[in-house]
Amino acid sequence: MAQDLATAGAFASIPELLARNVKEFGDRPAYREKEFGIWQSWTWAEAAEEIQNLALGLLALGINRGDHVAIIGRNRPAHYWAMVAAQKVGAVPVPLYQDAVVEEMEYVLDHCGARFVICGDQEQVDKVIEVQDKIHHIEHVLYYDKRGLRKYDHSHLHWYVDIQEEGRVAHARLEDDMAAREAELDYDSTCVMLYTSGTTGRPKGVVLSNRNIIESAKNSSEFDNLGVNEDILAYLPMAWVGDFIFSLGQAMWTGFCVNCPESADTLMSDLREIGPTYYFAPPRVFETQLTNVMIRMEDSGDLKYAIFHHFMDFAKGGAGEKHGMPKRKVTTQKKTLEQKIRHGFNYAMGIGFAAETIIENGIRLAFAKLRHGKNVRKHFKAKDPIGLNLYGGALKEYFKYRCGDVLVYGPLKDTLGFGRIRVGYTAGEAIGPEIFAFYRSMGINLKQLYGQTEATVFITVQPDGEVRNDTVGVPAPGVEVRIEDNGEIFYRSPGTFVEYYNNPESTADTKDPEGWVATGDAGFFDKKNGHLRIIDRAKDVGKMADGRMFAPKYVENKLKFYPDILEAVVFGNDRDMCTAFINIDLTAVGNWAERNNVAYASYQELAGHPEVVSTIQEHVETINKSVAEDEMLSGCQIHRFLILHKELDADDGEMTRTRKVRRKIVEEKYAPLIDALYGGKSEQYIETEVTYEDGRKGSINATLEIRDAAVVGNTQGMAAE
Amino acid sequence: MTTDMNADSYVTEDGRTIGPVVMDLKNITLRFGGVVAIKDISFDIREGEIRAIIGPNGAGKSSMLNVISGFYKPQEGEVWFRGSKRPQMRPYQVARQGLARTFQNIALFDGMTVLDNIMTGRLNKMNSNLLQQAIWKGKAEKEELENREACEKVIDFLEIQHIRKTPVGRLPYGLKKRVELARALAAEPSLLLLDEPMAGMNVEEKEDMSRFILDMNDEFGTTIALIEHDMGVVMDLSDRVVVMDYGKKIGDGTPDEVRNNQDVIDAYLGVSHD
Repeated sequence: MAQDLATAGAFASIPELLARNVKEFGDRPAYREKEFGIWQSWTWAEAAEEIQNLALGLLALGINRGDHVAIIGRNRPAHYWAMVAAQKVGAVPVPLYQDAVVEEMEYVLDHCGARFVICGDQEQVDKVIEVQDKIHHIEHVLYYDKRGLRKYDHSHLHWYVDIQEEGRVAHARLEDDMAAREAELDYDSTCVMLYTSGTTGRPKGVVLSNRNIIESAKNSSEFDNLGVNEDILAYLPMAWVGDFIFSLGQAMWTGFCVNCPESADTLMSDLREIGPTYYFAPPRVFETQLTNVMIRMEDSGDLKYAIFHHFMDFAKGGAGEKHGMPKRKVTTQKKTLEQKIRHGFNYAMGIGFAAETIIENGIRLAFAKLRHGKNVRKHFKAKDPIGLNLYGGALKEYFKYRCGDVLVYGPLKDTLGFGRIRVGYTAGEAIGPEIFAFYRSMGINLKQLYGQTEATVFITVQPDGEVRNDTVGVPAPGVEVRIEDNGEIFYRSPGTFVEYYNNPESTADTKDPEGWVATGDAGFFDKKNGHLRIIDRAKDVGKMADGRMFAPKYVENKLKFYPDILEAVVFGNDRDMCTAFINIDLTAVGNWAERNNVAYASYQELAGHPEVVSTIQEHVETINKSVAEDEMLSGCQIHRFLILHKELDADDGEMTRTRKVRRKIVEEKYAPLIDALYGGKSEQYIETEVTYEDGRKGSINATLEIRDAAVVGNTQGMAAE
Repeated sequence: MTTDMNADSYVTEDGRTIGPVVMDLKNITLRFGGVVAIKDISFDIREGEIRAIIGPNGAGKSSMLNVISGFYKPQEGEVWFRGSKRPQMRPYQVARQGLARTFQNIALFDGMTVLDNIMTGRLNKMNSNLLQQAIWKGKAEKEELENREACEKVIDFLEIQHIRKTPVGRLPYGLKKRVELARALAAEPSLLLLDEPMAGMNVEEKEDMSRFILDMNDEFGTTIALIEHDMGVVMDLSDRVVVMDYGKKIGDGTPDEVRNNQDVIDAYLGVSHD
């Protein structure tokens, strides 16, 4: 519906879209937030008024064109309003990660030179006040949640609502100024500035224009047929580009409702209450939910357990893909009376036809029974003659899936809060095939996309019906993708960012004059279906001694899909074969040990248990087979591996805080183990220093067993036997 | 300290106003048969302050709290509340005067949800009759909505939204303590009695609880009398401290004064009796 209203370009900014939404959908809910146990809602008209009051209030405080307004807090309507309000007065909103520590916040606030900061609550205000000692350009701090802030010095600290009130009062005086500033916004003025998470060095401020945001929102909404009737749950960090696009860009473009949870702890029950139709989550969320479901099923009664597994196995066998996916519903205008009647008539005819067929078949069957003996009837069935077999294969599958829907899938989806999902996305990292299949077979249209902040999210997306676990889809509408010779992926799109704020060198490094942007990821297009496959970070992709491609992450991800394996580190750059360190998952393997009466006292002991090692060996060998299928990557099969005696830990510097392995450090720290892997030893002694959570240090030692894993064919690497 | 603590009202260092005396206990003596639990103790609690009662085990702290809450009737002495002498009352009458308390051993209804438990704290605010409540019409409906709203504010305040619908029996200890506090708070007390609010908690839970106590005092201006064993917590939180030992008052004053009181040091560290 929204799509028919205008093509992009007619609306040059978010405030303009807001004005359109007020006009078109004024009485429809725009924002909901659960507060005091009840979903409070605001219509577009009400939200627009709140935004206007805040914008006027900011003007009264003396905000200038081009000022940066930092916004720090959890997902709340008021914080989204603050972003639009900032845009309305010609300022640039800069949402920050609310869990950032003071030093990170200091860097970002200093870098963007924010004069205004809008905080969610006392926690954020405290951080900003701490930063203010060093950064002096912060002039006004607003907060939304009053709690605990009464005693603070209020000379430069204001309550959000007070500022809105001030704006309301100053309405007449400031409205012209605001209207003028709003009119100045055009398609190329800055819409928002988002900081990258900064895994490599300092965070960079990515400047996105109205064109970037609106074009991306438009294209992606059309791609998935998003309409005004969608409901989404806004729970991802506001500083992340994904949340900005989903909760602001697409919401403004299509006019759907953004629902904010009560608190982070109530997320799951809020999810269930809202039942979003459009949902985004990183793979980790799906993984946790699946684990919870599985654990609870283990504890359930035998009958329930049997029913659950029977139907889940059935659905995963392809029936889910075939019968489960939600029908592609195109939001249309209200049906006319004639259409309604026609629809009702067709429906009734359909039921009549079905009933007639069943009765007819019943009668035929009865006659067949009368006329033929049992041994003869067998042949009828086998040959499937004219309707004699009422229950043909496809029909049977369909009915069975519907039964499963009533007994298992439906209730489970409802419990998880996925009852109404029409489109679901996951991105960020690879998702396990088991997890992916589980959700899809239940009839949840979960898809993958590949994107980054610099592209305003979308680079490639999976279209409905072309979903695979190991690819990330085809280029999104309006996006051109190119693969360099070294495998690095480049793209160019309307969403391509304007620049890194105050950082022309980085901008020039990333974006060439023609607008092509380097992603830093390596991948290739699948020849069969034209879908993009991501292999690894481009800088991690190397060459083995004999020149074959070495992509550790690709193999590690495959390994990590086993619940038993928590982490894997694959080595092989400039070597003649690949080897791996493996971390077992204590929860999963511990569960196995409990079931099989395997006694263990520590992680180390469990990791060294011969049966555990054998299980892992089986996993590795299976993975080798699957890696070998890929011609380009067949060199990455793992010849030898060992199970580490301790979990890789961020406290020991072996991982980043976001749980990404620091390959270099692991390589240095466990050098003797690597030597042993390549030296052909069958065991190796190692002593490691560990840091406990309270900062104390200790050391653990162990003798680790090294195993050889079978590899498949055409690898010329000589396995050291 | 420059503030005159004997004045009718004064402002503390962190900007809170401490008002006149709310509760004045005069020469309280409580006996159980031949055992003297409390011996001739007098102290007062002022409007808006956080008053701690400390002492070794068996010092009579909980008995003192029970006297204040009207559960025990002292044999001698007088309880003055808001300027008038309080006659012997039933506990519910005391509750109606604006007193609420929590218990050392959690006293919640295990089978009921957190929300229902907190709603029981509002019982004093309801006066619709049985019939009205049974058919949930008129006054009963209006009352319930009002009271639910008040409870939700408390839930929001104590950050227990995620367990709103969970039966209390399933909760861990620390959360139960918080729910009990929520129930007391739902009664909108002017004087809140906390019997060992932090017993058995880990450091993090204690920090949370301390923050809630301070916020409560700050946001609602609730006067708080608490018994606590954790000296660090007591010294940080309270404005004035009463120290009891063997039923007698051995110290009374600001945390600093109490910390330097020889009798208190003796009671806590022990003293040789030779």
